[in-house]
Parts: sequence; C-alpha cells; structure tokens
Amino acid sequence: MSDSIQIDGLSKRYQLGLTHARSVRDLANRLAGRLIGKGGWKDGGSMIAEPDRVEDGHFWALRDINFRVGQGEVVGVIGKNGAGKSTLLKLLSRITYPTEGRVELFGRVASLLEVGTGFHPELTGRENVFLNGTILGMTRREVREQLDAIVEFAGVEKFLDTPVKRYSSGMKVRLGFAVAAHLDPEILIVDEVLAVGDIEFQKRCLGKMKSVAESGKTVLFVSHNLASIRSLTTRTVVLSHGRLIFDGPTQQGVTKYVEENLIGEDSDVSIADAPRAFSGLDQKLRFTDLRLAGLDESGCLPMTGEFAMEAAITAHDDCEKLQVAITVMTDDKTPVGSTFSEILPAPEKGQTKTYPLVSHFNLAPGRYHCAISITDFRSAATRLHDSLSDVLPFGVGIGALSGSGGPAHWNPAWGMVQLQQLNQVRSDAVHSCEE
Amino acid sequence: MNTTAPDTRASTVIEPPSGWFSLDLAEVWRYRDLLLLLTMRDISARFRQSVIGYGWAIFRPLLTAAIFTLVFSIFVRIETDVPYPIFAFAGLMPWMYFSSSLIGVTTSVVDGSALLTKVYFPRLVLPLAKVAVGLVELALQFVVLIGLMVLYRYTPGPELLLLPLFILIMVVTALAFGIWMTALNVKFRDIAMAVPFLVQIWMYLCPIVYPIDLVPQQYRTLYALNPMVGVIEGFRWALLGSVQPNWGTMGISMLVLLVVLVSGVAYFRKVETTFADII
Repeated sequence: MSDSIQIDGLSKRYQLGLTHARSVRDLANRLAGRLIGKGGWKDGGSMIAEPDRVEDGHFWALRDINFRVGQGEVVGVIGKNGAGKSTLLKLLSRITYPTEGRVELFGRVASLLEVGTGFHPELTGRENVFLNGTILGMTRREVREQLDAIVEFAGVEKFLDTPVKRYSSGMKVRLGFAVAAHLDPEILIVDEVLAVGDIEFQKRCLGKMKSVAESGKTVLFVSHNLASIRSLTTRTVVLSHGRLIFDGPTQQGVTKYVEENLIGEDSDVSIADAPRAFSGLDQKLRFTDLRLAGLDESGCLPMTGEFAMEAAITAHDDCEKLQVAITVMTDDKTPVGSTFSEILPAPEKGQTKTYPLVSHFNLAPGRYHCAISITDFRSAATRLHDSLSDVLPFGVGIGALSGSGGPAHWNPAWGMVQLQQLNQVRSDAVHSCEE
Repeated sequence: MNTTAPDTRASTVIEPPSGWFSLDLAEVWRYRDLLLLLTMRDISARFRQSVIGYGWAIFRPLLTAAIFTLVFSIFVRIETDVPYPIFAFAGLMPWMYFSSSLIGVTTSVVDGSALLTKVYFPRLVLPLAKVAVGLVELALQFVVLIGLMVLYRYTPGPELLLLPLFILIMVVTALAFGIWMTALNVKFRDIAMAVPFLVQIWMYLCPIVYPIDLVPQQYRTLYALNPMVGVIEGFRWALLGSVQPNWGTMGISMLVLLVVLVSGVAYFRKVETTFADII
C-alpha cells in the first residue's frame, strides 16, 4: 500500500499576544513596560496554562508530528480543544504554513473546514454553487456537469434562482454540503464542523462520508465526537498539548483519549477547579475533593471488588440533606451502571465535610471511571447541586476473576459486568430428575 | 481505483516558507476559473437591490464632471484646448477607475478573510479579482463619453487605437499600488483608513481638473513620478487627440510603475504565507 499522506516532523509555532502594535497607545504602553522592565511582551505567556508549550513569547501549537496515511485508509484525529487538531487541519489544507517539518500529499486533495465557504448572500443558489465549487478547487466545467446532482442532493430545485440570503439556514447548509459531497478528490480532509444542521442531515453527512470512505478514498477525519470517529475510522491519531500521543487502532485511541481527560490523583487540575459536567448547576453543595481508597499500585480495585472512596463536599448554602450518585463508565464512555448513596446530612453552610462511601462492583477486567453528582434528596435525583464527569479512574485486574473461581481471562464480548457466580442448585428435586 | 505508481501521482509538498519568494504565476492561471467567478460575484452583487443599479456608474462621473465644469471653467476659468466637460470627463474616467479599484484591491485580502482561513488558493487571486469590476463601470462611462463627444462634435483620431494600451497601464497601476496596500493592510488596518483619504489628495496631483501645461516646467519630472500622470495624459490623448503626451514624462511614469509592481508582487508573495495567521 502506497502512502497518500506523509507527515514528517511537523511543527507550528505562533507568536503569543499581538503580532504587532495595535495602536499607538498600545505601542507606547509596551515601550514603557519594557523600559520599566516589566516585559510587556510576556503578558500573553502568563495566561497560558501550559508552560511547556510556551517558549520566548511563542506558543507551539503543534510539535514534531509524524505519521503516514496509506492510500484508501480512513484515519481519525482526536484530541481536546487546543490539542492542535485545527492547526493540523489548517496545515494540511495549506491555509497556514508550518514552522518546521514537511508534509507530502499524493493525489488531488479536498479539504473541508466549513460548509458553504464563500457563499455570497446577494447571489442566487446557482451562482453560489459555481462560486463555492471553484473555491473548493473544481473547474467551472466540473461544476456544470455535477450541477443537477448537487441540486438534487440539497433539495433546493425550486429556489435555485433565489438569492441565498432568502434561504433558511438549513437550506444553506444543505447546499454547501451538497457541493462538497460532489467533489471528487483522492484525499479528503474533513473537519467535524461538517456535522451541522438537524439530526437527519447529520446522519446524511455521516452516511455520505461513510460511502466516500468505503469507495477507497483516503480520508482524514478530525473530530471530538467519539461516536462518529468509532463508526467511520479504524485507525486514530490522538493529539494532546500539540504532540502526537497515540497512533493505532481506533478502539485503543479512543480509550487513550478518554483516559487522558480523566481527573485522577496525579492530574494538574483539582476537583474543586475542574470543569463541571453541565452548566446551570446551583452549586449550593460542591465537591472539593474525591479520592479512591484501597487501590493497588496499578490503580486497580482490590480483588474483593470493594470500591471505597472519600468525597469532600463544601456547602455554599444551607442544605439539609444530600445524596451522592455515581455512574460507572468504561474507557470509551459507555455507562455500565449507577449507584446511589443513602440520604446523608449536608455540611453546615461554609463548612466542608468528608464522606467515606463504599460499594462493591463485580466488573469485568478493564479500565473504568466515574461520573459523580450531588443530588437534592427531595428531587429523586432529578435536581443536581454539582456534577463531574471523567473522575475517579480505576481498573479491574484480571485477578478479580480467578479470585472468585471464574475464568482466567475475560472476552469483551461477554459484557462489562461479572454477574454473580452460576451455582448449582443443591436441591433434591433437581437431582431426582437425573437419577 | 487509480492503480498508478505513487511517483506519477500529483504530489503537493507543504514546507516552511523559505527564501524570498516564488512568483508561480502558473498556479494563478490554474485557478483562473476561481478568479473569473470571484470577479463575476463582485460585478453581479455590486448593485443588487439598488434602484438605479449601474446608473450609479454613469451618474457619479457625470455629476463630478458637471461640478468641475462649473468651478474650473466658469468660476476659475482654466484654459483647455478641448471643451472643458469632455476634458474633465476623459480625465475622470481613468481616475475614478483607479481610485475605486485601489480602494477595492486594498481591502481585498482582509475582506476575503472568510475564504483565506478556510480554503487554499493562490492569494493573488483576491486582489486580481478586484481590478476587473471597475472595467464594467468604465465601459458604461464610454457610452456617456461618446454622447458628450457627439454633443460637442468631437471626432477621435487614429490615436484611439492606442486606448487599450492605456487601459492596460491603468489596470496595472491600480493593481501595483493595491497589492502593496492590501498586503500591508493585513498587518496594519490603518492602511484601509488611509487609502480613501490618500486618494482624495492624490487627485490634485493628477492632471484631471487642470491640463499638465499648468505645472511649471521645473516640477514636471517630479510630477511625472506619479504614474497616474502618464495614464491620464495618455488616456486623454488617445480619446481626444489633443496634445501629444510628453514621452519623457510618460517614460518616468512607467518606470515608477514597474518598480512599484515588481516590488509589490514580491512583497505580497513573501507575506502571503502569514496572512491566515495574523488576519
């Protein structure tokens, strides 16, 4: 299999802060700052939470990326916001240029960073199809040949000679995607922003992408939607803090990505500062610390399956009582099960109290983590005071199986929960049948 | 499926920008369809939803010429060898083209930022697409000029054949200055503020409301450093066949134009790799 995309030592560095003086006053401030010795240029640096990516007022958006994509391969690129996904996409699309390294793309490339690039509201649908098509690299003749198919795919036949400004936003998106879908590249580089619009349209976009992928084209799909990555790709590249941290089968890549986002004991982010699972939590009661007890050195639950934890909760308002809810999830964020604490007395306003909690999980060997919430005890777990996802990572070792006299390995197809041991019923009534 | 060996496939290499610049006009040519459609977009979107539409292209120079005639032919009495309204209109045509194209080209890259940050294409397409728009207006103005010439019983001579040459020089002048301005405007938005004002002042340094004879002889060489002097003189001569332009003056104008054009394209190609990062 020959390579379609070769990426060698690719790095991109941006200057932090303003690249130039925005105004005379700004310039004067900076000069004054430098004279005093405050170093006005470094201001941008102190705001960045990743000191390892900052160097002399520059920020490494991507650093030393190496990978190859074979012809006909469909590769996903995942990573958190700010991991460098968009920069990689922009470099491969030749929108911006690398600071170091080299990329070679073999074959005709189409890169789609947005739907309907260059649409002009005053022009008609037809005019915009031509405009958008040529912007994406088609010739006018190619657009003319595909026009009927594009219009049909978008479903805008009746409005073809209406200015696009009179279109609904859905129609605009459909028309834009229809043009993009009729490009005929050998290499397709797609951003997840393509998956916009209503559910039905998103499905159609993904369906089209799937058929492109199956037609033997090389596809690079950038997303943080794990579901679409899993359904479209077999191989995945994971970016973190501007570096490539994983390149391999999608299933493992997704695991790596999820684990990377978990807030565990050795994370830089504390539970008190961690981003919450949703906005709109009242936070009358708030988690300030979460700890698992009794894990072994590889972070696994003890063989008994005992799950022991301590939750420190601070009260910011008067609450009488509370209830803690935990959902256990697998490493690809599939929920396994949930458990609820009994109703507990809340700490007094302004106080913090630590609650030791214990449960018993019969889980299959693997990596897990939890989502945890404090619920209002009167609301039957529908109103939440605080909620965190991606916390309390733990593992279940293979020893958990043999300890209970079970099998020596676990096939993932068997599920994620070890149900209670299947015991022979010691009743005379059953035995009598055999005899 | 394409089964050809990898070395025969088209290959795109992406590397850090190196050296001074590469002109690569062949690539701009490959994107000629895009250039054409961007031009068409500007032409057809320009006067949509306006009642007078392209009438504006005629009213503006016509009214300006009328005011100039009032001020400079009746109040101030500037002596010209052809009737003043034709004199002024023939000078205003290239100037109005130049000023509106220069302003259009100056903002072209920043206005195109939505495209620039989403798709690759040779960035020179953006300024290039802006110089054709004004030609449509120019063509309409010719109709008015012919009307004026009939009115004043003026027949052009064989010099008219040279008009396309001067139109070409006019387009290149707008492009040459515009390319500098648009590349600088990405980094310093002050440029877009300054250019319309600059254009207002510039007009007084061109022989539009007055004939070039009014410029004292000792200042002529300095005056000719302005390439629009050569353009307007040539334009008027080709159309009205009045006084032959001074070819020495014309030569200086063209030389300056060449320097501005070559350095402008070089500068543009050098900084275009950073457009998407700083826009």
